Amino acid sequence: MLRALRAYPTLLRVGIADMIAYRTEFLIWALTTNMPLVMLAVWNAAVDDGPVGRFGRPQFIAYYLITMIVRLLVSNWVVWEITMSIRHGTLATRLMRPLHPLWAWSAEQLAAVPMRLVLVAPVVVALVHAAGSELTRDPALLAIFALSLVGAWLVQFFLMVALGLASFWIESSFGLFEVWMGVNAVLGGYLVPLELLPEWLRSSTGWLPFRFLLSFPVETAMGLHPVDVALGDLGIQWAYVAVSAAATLALWRAGLRRFAAFGG
Amino acid sequence: MIEVRDLCKTYRVHQRPEGLAAALRSLVHRRYDEVHAVSDLCFRIADGERVGFLGPNGAGKTTTLKMLSGLLHPTRGTLAVDGFTPQRRDEAFLKRVTLVMGQKQQLLWDLPPVETFALNRAVYGIPRAEFDRTLTELTDLLQAGGLVGKPARQLSLGERMKCELIAALLHQPRVLFLDEPTIGLDVSMQATVRGFIRAYNERTGATVLLTSHYMEDVAALCPRVIVIDKGRLLYDGELRALVQRVRPFKRLSIRFAEPPAPEVLARVGEVLSLEGLAAQVRVRGTDVKDAVRDLLGTLAVADLTVEDPPLDEVMRDLFDGNTAARGAA
Repeated sequence: MLRALRAYPTLLRVGIADMIAYRTEFLIWALTTNMPLVMLAVWNAAVDDGPVGRFGRPQFIAYYLITMIVRLLVSNWVVWEITMSIRHGTLATRLMRPLHPLWAWSAEQLAAVPMRLVLVAPVVVALVHAAGSELTRDPALLAIFALSLVGAWLVQFFLMVALGLASFWIESSFGLFEVWMGVNAVLGGYLVPLELLPEWLRSSTGWLPFRFLLSFPVETAMGLHPVDVALGDLGIQWAYVAVSAAATLALWRAGLRRFAAFGG
Repeated sequence: MIEVRDLCKTYRVHQRPEGLAAALRSLVHRRYDEVHAVSDLCFRIADGERVGFLGPNGAGKTTTLKMLSGLLHPTRGTLAVDGFTPQRRDEAFLKRVTLVMGQKQQLLWDLPPVETFALNRAVYGIPRAEFDRTLTELTDLLQAGGLVGKPARQLSLGERMKCELIAALLHQPRVLFLDEPTIGLDVSMQATVRGFIRAYNERTGATVLLTSHYMEDVAALCPRVIVIDKGRLLYDGELRALVQRVRPFKRLSIRFAEPPAPEVLARVGEVLSLEGLAAQVRVRGTDVKDAVRDLLGTLAVADLTVEDPPLDEVMRDLFDGNTAARGAA
């Protein structure tokens, strides 16, 4: 653990260098995170006739721009990385190093954050300019928002690792990932603010992990909940961090016994 | 250093005939076959030995190496490498071994090898001064100084293998598992890699277990060989003794000053070829001295060399014999 922490700055530095080598692909990929803008255009037209629940035009602008920011900061592609490395046997090279691959994968994903910040900056400017009044100014909520971003990154990371590790048992995790993304788009608040979902659907989002990956930080940044409620949700989110980390490690231990190290 | 007892590895492999109907059937009912990649394998390797691990494709060599390096869990049997149980993957174990696979790479594809080296320095916790010293030694031995700053993807196969070897040895492992380290390399680069492995072994006393389909690698590096086929041990001992056992013949290559009498050649041994002034004759090892005396005394010999049979032929004979024996059984 101590040596992993000592090695981490180098892992990050090399990861950033690798990310810069892939900058064009990265920018093209980032442009695919445009769904919030599409949804914003749809709702922008819909609110001509008046607000929908608590959401009028400024609220929708704030919601979808913050959604875009959170999505850019917390998403990762580790499921591809792991699936391919298990299928092609290249996981072997990671396994030969005296460092748990989770550390290396996490550093590689974190290394993308500086470049993502470059993309996030203009969205933040647009957000402050167009809907700055919808952002919370409560220091407690801002602190919870910051922690919720870290929590969302961690839950997203561990769950995507867990999905990738499914490749130890099935041919490929990509199908599972597609299903996950579909459900996440609805229950995570990527397409529609959760409070605008029908009651029967909304009631399921309180305890499922999806909300804590995206919607919860967005709601907190907009100050949609009082501090005590946000704190309770933060507790649930961090419980998900612990549960997803434990589940991922258990899957790792079980899956490794099945690793066939194909190829070569 | 390495001890393997009753080692077995069985894979469960999905079997499906060709065609759409079979594909659809496999959705509801899958048939699996058990493949015994390694069966009851036993051997010991002492500190500092260089051992060739030989066998035809699918013999179980790579599977065994992967079990020895902790990548695969054995189905049955016990393994010990430098006192560790490999599949537990203890940190101390991983710092003592390395696995070089000619068909896999650890170099970061888009970055210069120096970045991979820096990564390994951090991961293995190599002190800076020791890292610098080892890196200088290894790059000097492999004459790779000019390569380490170029992106890995722009290096030739041979240049990449040099850098792979450096990355694999920076932490100065005590045990080297080398799986086809010279595959695809040209003859000169193969010789460079062989020389390097030998130098590393002699300098550090590291134990080397090498698989290769290039018999020159084995002949140049490994006094001892372990031969397996279908996952079972066929031979464990000195390479020279194996050659004598399987092919107890020497090959005489002769160049004559004037055309030789074929009957004299036939008297000496089995004539493999006779073209103009050049001939090759196969002679039992124990008869070489008499054969040479006979040739020199009766024919106008301009040049004569005595050679062991090519190792490739020895292996082919060994595996063919093994297949035939299994067929007979």
